[in-house]
This record gives sequence, C-alpha cells and structure tokens, in this order.
Amino acid sequence: MSTASSPRPPYATGSLIALVALGGAVGTAGRYGLALALPVVGGWPVATLTANLLGAFLLGLLTEALVRRGPETTGLLRLRLGLGTGVLGGFTTFSSLAFEIERLVSGGTAGVATAYAAVTLLGGFLACFAGIWWAARRQAAA
Amino acid sequence: MSFVLVCLAGGLGAAARFVTDGAIRARRRTAFPWATFAVNVAGSFLIGIFMGIVLFHDGADAWHLYAATGFCGGFTTFSTAMVETVRLVQSDRAPLAVANAAGTLVAAVAASAVGLAIVGAL
Repeated sequence: MSTASSPRPPYATGSLIALVALGGAVGTAGRYGLALALPVVGGWPVATLTANLLGAFLLGLLTEALVRRGPETTGLLRLRLGLGTGVLGGFTTFSSLAFEIERLVSGGTAGVATAYAAVTLLGGFLACFAGIWWAARRQAAA
Repeated sequence: MSFVLVCLAGGLGAAARFVTDGAIRARRRTAFPWATFAVNVAGSFLIGIFMGIVLFHDGADAWHLYAATGFCGGFTTFSTAMVETVRLVQSDRAPLAVANAAGTLVAAVAASAVGLAIVGAL
C-alpha cells in the first residue's frame, strides 16, 4: 500500500525501530545497574524510585529542549527516538512499579505501598516539570 | 553475560513499545494518552504473569531477569507517562492529568495482581 509520496511512519521504519531498541538496551543497563547497586530500604524499592524520578526529569528536559529547537528534522527525530523513547523509556519502568506496589499491598504493608506510590507519582510529576522548566529557561536565556 | 542479555531483552521491550504505541496513536488521536496507558497496563499484566511463574512455580531466574526486569521494564515507561501528565496540566486539562497519573497506576497495579492471580491459580 505504501507509495513514494507516503513514506512509512517512524514506528514502521526498521532503522528507527532498531535505534529505539539500541537506546532501550542502554537505558535498561542503567536501570538494572541501579537495581544491582541500590538495596531495598525499609520495604522501599529505592532503585526503581531513583530510576523513575531521574528518568522523568531527564525526559522532561529532553522533550522541551527538542520542542524548542523548532520543526522536527530527521536528526532531531532520531535524538527524540533514540534518547527519549529508547534510553529514557527503557531506563524508567511502570511494570516494576506496579508489581512492587502489588507485593507491598499483598505483604500487608499497605502503608508503605501508598507512600511509595504517592512519592513516585508526585515526585515524578515535579521532577518532570522541573526538567521542562529548566530546558525552557536555558533556551530563553540563550 | 546475563547482564548483557537483560539489556538486550530491555531493547526488545522498548522496540515493542515503540511499535505498539505508534500503531495505537495512528488509530486513536485523543487528549488522553491511551497508547502509553495501554502499554503500561499490558506490561504490568505481563510482569505479574512472569513473576508469578517465579514465585508460585519455582520458575528459573531467567523469567525474573530477562522477561520481567528486561522485557517488561523496557516495554513499559514511567518517564513518558509523566511528560504526558505535565503536558495535560500545561494545556489546562488538570482533571485529565490526575486521571492519567492515578488511573494508570491503579490499572497497572490491578493488572499486575490479575497476572499473578492467574498464574497462582494454575
């Protein structure tokens, strides 16, 4: 069905899918590295929390910085997909967060589960907002 | 060696997310970020299945390392969910932002519990 005048969208383009996979492998290395380095403290999955808050900040920063560069060129698209969708998407995780909360609730520590969920969501929102704000400020100053 | 395989599984998960997310977005253009929601809830269901195999059926470490930490971790994303939540707030859709953040979390935890329960019942 595809014709010369209608190129494949990025999500159906082999080289871009490979780029996201490469970035995702790098991001997973960072996330798994943190999991090996940081212990669970008082029931709190510190490694997942660290990866998610740091990744939310960095993706906010990256997204806003790229948006402010103007119309998306091929180079900017590759940066967004490789670093954003790939590295930072792979660095952060929602499945571990969900599983950890389920285990905390099932384990009879609903208080820790609630606190962990609240700190992750509120902290992640604020971290992401801070990243966006910082990128906007830097661009305005430049 | 296992470290490299975890990373490769994460890369595979990220690629699967990119394709799934793009295919959903091409069909549904809504203010609410359904694509990320669907990916995160589906990945949370899968991690429940994989970890259930480890917890209830003495599954090999590979299920934990490659399927759960690697693939599910790379497939799901917290950072994108947060960027989309902030963008909803910035476009004066605060109720949708709260629904997205809280709704994804509740649905993901429930999906994880269902995955675990299914494997636990087998």
